[in-house]
Amino acid sequence: MLKRLFGCVREFKKPTILTLIFIIGESIIETLIPFVTADLVNKIKASAALSDGSGMKQVISTGILLAIMAFVSLACGAIAARCCAVASSGFAKNLRHDLYDRINAFSFKNVDKFSSTSLVTRMTTDVQNVQMSYMMIIRTAIRSPLMLIFSVIMSFVMGGALAMTFVVIIPVLGVGLWLVGKKALPAFRSVFRKYDRLNESIEENVRGMRVVKGFSREGYEKEKFGAAADNIRGDFTRAERIVAWNRPIMQICLYFNMIFVLLVGSRLAISAESNVDVGQLSAMLTYGVQVLMSLMMLSMIYVIITMSTESMKRIDEVLCEAPSIRNPENPVMAVNDGSIDFDNVNFKYSAKAKRYALSDIDLHIKSGMTVGVIGGTGSGKTSLVQLIPRLYDVTEGAVRVGGIDVRSYDIEALRDAVAMVLQKNLLFSGTIKENLRWGNENATDEEIIEACKLAQADEFVQSFPEKYDTYIEQGGTNVSGGQKQRLCIARALLKKPKILILDDSTSAVDTKTDALIRQGFATYIPETTKIIIAQRVASVENADLILVMENGTVVAAGKHGELLSSCEIYREIHDQQTKGGDDNA
Amino acid sequence: MRKQPQMKKPKANPKILMRVLKMLFSYYPVLLPVTIVCILISAVTAALPPVFMQRVIADITAFQAEATPWETALETILPKVLMLAGFYVVSLLCIVLQTQLMAIITQGFLYKLRRTMFDKMQNLPIRYFDTHKHGDIMSHYTNDIDALRELVSQALPSLLQCIVILISVFFVMLYYSIWMTLILLVGVVAMVIVARKVGGGSAKYFIRQQKSMGKTEGFVQEMMNGQKVIKVFNHEEASANDFEKINQELFEDSARAHSYANTLGPIIGNIGNILYVIMAVSGGMLLLSGVSNLSLGGFLVLTIDIVVPFLNMAKQFTGNVNQASQQINAVVMGMAGGARLFEMMDEAPEADEGYVTLVNAKYDENGDLTETSERTGLWAWRHPHQEDGSVTYTQLRGDVRLTEVDFGYVEGKTVLHDVSVYAEPGQKVAFVGATGAGKTTITNLINRFYDIADGKIRYDGININKIKKSDLRRSLGIVLQDTNLFTGTVMDNIRYGRLDATDEDCIAAAKLAGADDFITRLPAGYETELQNNGANLSQGQRQLLAIARAAVADPPVMIMDEATSSIDTRTEAIVQRGMDKLMEGRTVFIIAHRLSTVMNSDVIMVLDHGHIIERGNHEKLIAERGTYYRLYTGAFELE
Repeated sequence: MLKRLFGCVREFKKPTILTLIFIIGESIIETLIPFVTADLVNKIKASAALSDGSGMKQVISTGILLAIMAFVSLACGAIAARCCAVASSGFAKNLRHDLYDRINAFSFKNVDKFSSTSLVTRMTTDVQNVQMSYMMIIRTAIRSPLMLIFSVIMSFVMGGALAMTFVVIIPVLGVGLWLVGKKALPAFRSVFRKYDRLNESIEENVRGMRVVKGFSREGYEKEKFGAAADNIRGDFTRAERIVAWNRPIMQICLYFNMIFVLLVGSRLAISAESNVDVGQLSAMLTYGVQVLMSLMMLSMIYVIITMSTESMKRIDEVLCEAPSIRNPENPVMAVNDGSIDFDNVNFKYSAKAKRYALSDIDLHIKSGMTVGVIGGTGSGKTSLVQLIPRLYDVTEGAVRVGGIDVRSYDIEALRDAVAMVLQKNLLFSGTIKENLRWGNENATDEEIIEACKLAQADEFVQSFPEKYDTYIEQGGTNVSGGQKQRLCIARALLKKPKILILDDSTSAVDTKTDALIRQGFATYIPETTKIIIAQRVASVENADLILVMENGTVVAAGKHGELLSSCEIYREIHDQQTKGGDDNA
Repeated sequence: MRKQPQMKKPKANPKILMRVLKMLFSYYPVLLPVTIVCILISAVTAALPPVFMQRVIADITAFQAEATPWETALETILPKVLMLAGFYVVSLLCIVLQTQLMAIITQGFLYKLRRTMFDKMQNLPIRYFDTHKHGDIMSHYTNDIDALRELVSQALPSLLQCIVILISVFFVMLYYSIWMTLILLVGVVAMVIVARKVGGGSAKYFIRQQKSMGKTEGFVQEMMNGQKVIKVFNHEEASANDFEKINQELFEDSARAHSYANTLGPIIGNIGNILYVIMAVSGGMLLLSGVSNLSLGGFLVLTIDIVVPFLNMAKQFTGNVNQASQQINAVVMGMAGGARLFEMMDEAPEADEGYVTLVNAKYDENGDLTETSERTGLWAWRHPHQEDGSVTYTQLRGDVRLTEVDFGYVEGKTVLHDVSVYAEPGQKVAFVGATGAGKTTITNLINRFYDIADGKIRYDGININKIKKSDLRRSLGIVLQDTNLFTGTVMDNIRYGRLDATDEDCIAAAKLAGADDFITRLPAGYETELQNNGANLSQGQRQLLAIARAAVADPPVMIMDEATSSIDTRTEAIVQRGMDKLMEGRTVFIIAHRLSTVMNSDVIMVLDHGHIIERGNHEKLIAERGTYYRLYTGAFELE
């Protein structure tokens, strides 16, 4: 998993490596600085003892050395900081890019498996977590152990026996931090899960505010939330109180170091057995702090890595998920004609589902036919047509277009030949023209107008002051439902498809216009196979073939007249919609 | 109706900080001062070691010079070290206390903040939710709270500690040598300037990064919604290209923000190092030149025993400035988060001056309506009269009258003109018209989601402004087109309509709504857990549940806003009997664009651009051959 994720670093390997190099430089200098500082202190002392100014030269030269070291350290630090920021942000960028590509390639089956909200979280929050931990790792994963080792070595070099303090400090601190981390991690993990749930419930409340207020349930909601928030507070406090022990543990080691160095140091200095001097004492204290800091950092890395493991797993799951609908090897690149065959098709949305969404569909539609599909909600109309452009793959049986199994086609070629106007019409923010060019990006203005005329959209578009350059707001809120549907039909027509599928996409269009659109289809695109799903019998009654669906299967097929006499469901729907209307028509 | 939110630039002004502090103090009037005292003590003890160092080093130098044996020296040194150890013990206790208390305080603060926010939010008018993106409201609970948490738990204590240490170290330094302190101060000023510049830059880009993050999230969300369209049109590549642009932007902001943040440490730290060199050299020079050393303690002779600890103090001082500067980011982000969060909390809550309440009622021996505490199924409006202190009771019947009502969501843009509707108890009143004609708006006014601009609405003869909102809404059941279900069992969701309803009541309501059939076929029947707004149910099934929810509340007046739009005509016909039963004896307002749903209403109102253009029952309107007739015959486009 790590290998796959870190493979996404790609072009940001260079800044990553630069970061590491400069951080090594910075760490080396940083550990040398106390050493030189100690020297400086001693030089000052010596110069003070001489009291004739001759020692000052040495003081200054050591000072300059120290200053240069500081500058170099600053430069290294600044470069490393920048490289590290670029590397980690770039890594995140690549992760998002790869995720996006992968999700783009996903079939709906894949998306359903993760749920779209979870995919959004994976692309945002999870990637951010990984970015932060990556930054942490390249900044400190090398630096801390380096600093730790350097500091300990330098302490032994300088302080000799004084360095024995670390024999006590390091194990104490190490074990202490490890214990805290071990106890705190599971606590935090469970708390974060609860926290997510709390936020989900807030979201639910915000979304359902009309219901909450409509039923005067404000008080009830407050109580419910209060209890949940209180519960979280308890868990959170417990977890944070465990982590809060980090600092006292750290301080106790720091204090121990201080007293040890003062006591043992002064003994060494005074007893003259060794030549420990004042400068060394202060250097020892600095090294003590450095050792503690690097241990602290190491424990933080440990915590951050474990915390982000969850995020890494979630990202990796997406990257690993193979798109369930892929191009075959040697795909067929062209669709011959618009004939459609369903050969004993069974279909369910997920392997786990108990019920088939479609069962025993055996249908043969000739190129150029107009087919109407009618049936109640949940009867499987949309499921049926979604199999044609391969939005989903059949579970059993086969769907053939132009005589060839849809799974043998190049997906792009197949979908270019099959235009589908969806039930949930979607226009994107942009001008009308831009929206229409989704169908064919190279369409000329004439072609656009022609398609709009066919979809009965030209008239109202021309009535807008900006005509085809009218800006469509996000979600298409500034055109009416019927207008939106007609634009969507025009967009699909621009593809010049071999098969045109209208999934309940004239529901908001008045009957007269609806009829005109269908008439236009018959006159101008006779070779195109048209599949029209509709609620209104009027929309399908002239079709060459009408399918009546119920419970995922085709219960009757035939022409209007045949069905009226043979199919009870069809007659029922027909009567319901024409009842009263006939009286007054 | 939903407008793009005006993202006001969050101002990070100190007022926000003061307000946060005030809240903290009011929540924890004892614990917080205790914690602060602990922080103060531990900070002061942290400033002490250099003093001891100086003393011990002076001793050591002296003993070294005199070649005193260790045992003798120990007598002088040990007490000092022990005293230091004593301080350390106190300091440790304070640290333990302070960190533990801070954990409690932070979480307690967040808990109370969340609750206050949520409580306030429940009281906000519907207008607020219609004009703010849900994502933005949510981010108050996630991003803004997180920023405040960082501020309260990390930045503020750490800053306080740093400041105290800085002040104490400063005075100790003054005690030693004013000259050298001055030199240090000049350096520190430079550090502060750099810290402000770099830290400010980092905060600026962090805020920008957050915005880009929001944009990315929005884009991905739109793409997930439009995925079918994208696939059907082979538009994957184009959308990937668009995403690439946004992704690049986010990358740049993020890289910049972190660059600044990461650089701050090395810069300040090394300025500290350089300052150290300057201090050391100038200290050496001062030693040599024999300039008389001015200090708070008078004219002490500047000796090596002063210079060395002074240098250590300088190091500690700059180290603390460095630490304080690391908090700049958290402070700026915290204040920005606080500003956004307080903005929501300061929104005016839904006003409610109503004093007429809904009570259980019964008829006493004299046949007068009186109040009772038990549930009788008979309800009355309790109407206290201020002038004479008397109370009258009016039976709840469900008579709703709108008289010459004008209304606009935005001032100056009237969307309802002179609308009058009379609904007698038990009548079915339907509204028909294009999207934006004002159908839903009328129902928004009856339950006072919005308040009318002009005219009158009376409920059982009482001006609805006089009725307590919660009681008014209790007397109205609403079923909306967009069904919102809550996490919990199917039973819980139905019971939402009336919290004290028994299981039998809920099942009866479900049967009435025609929902019982599909519920019993769910894996766990009524105990099936719904999640994610009932995502595993079809839209039609969810609408049936919403109807059951309204049915269990058993209100005298019901509003059905496209309540059956997702149930196909055939199923609708099947549940129609239940619906008819449900509507029996109730005043019902129906909004539907499917005419078969409204045909058998007592009155049908045809709305156009906020005007009622036709009214009457189905037969009358058909006979009039007007808009309704054209709609009915399909010659006219709805929506």
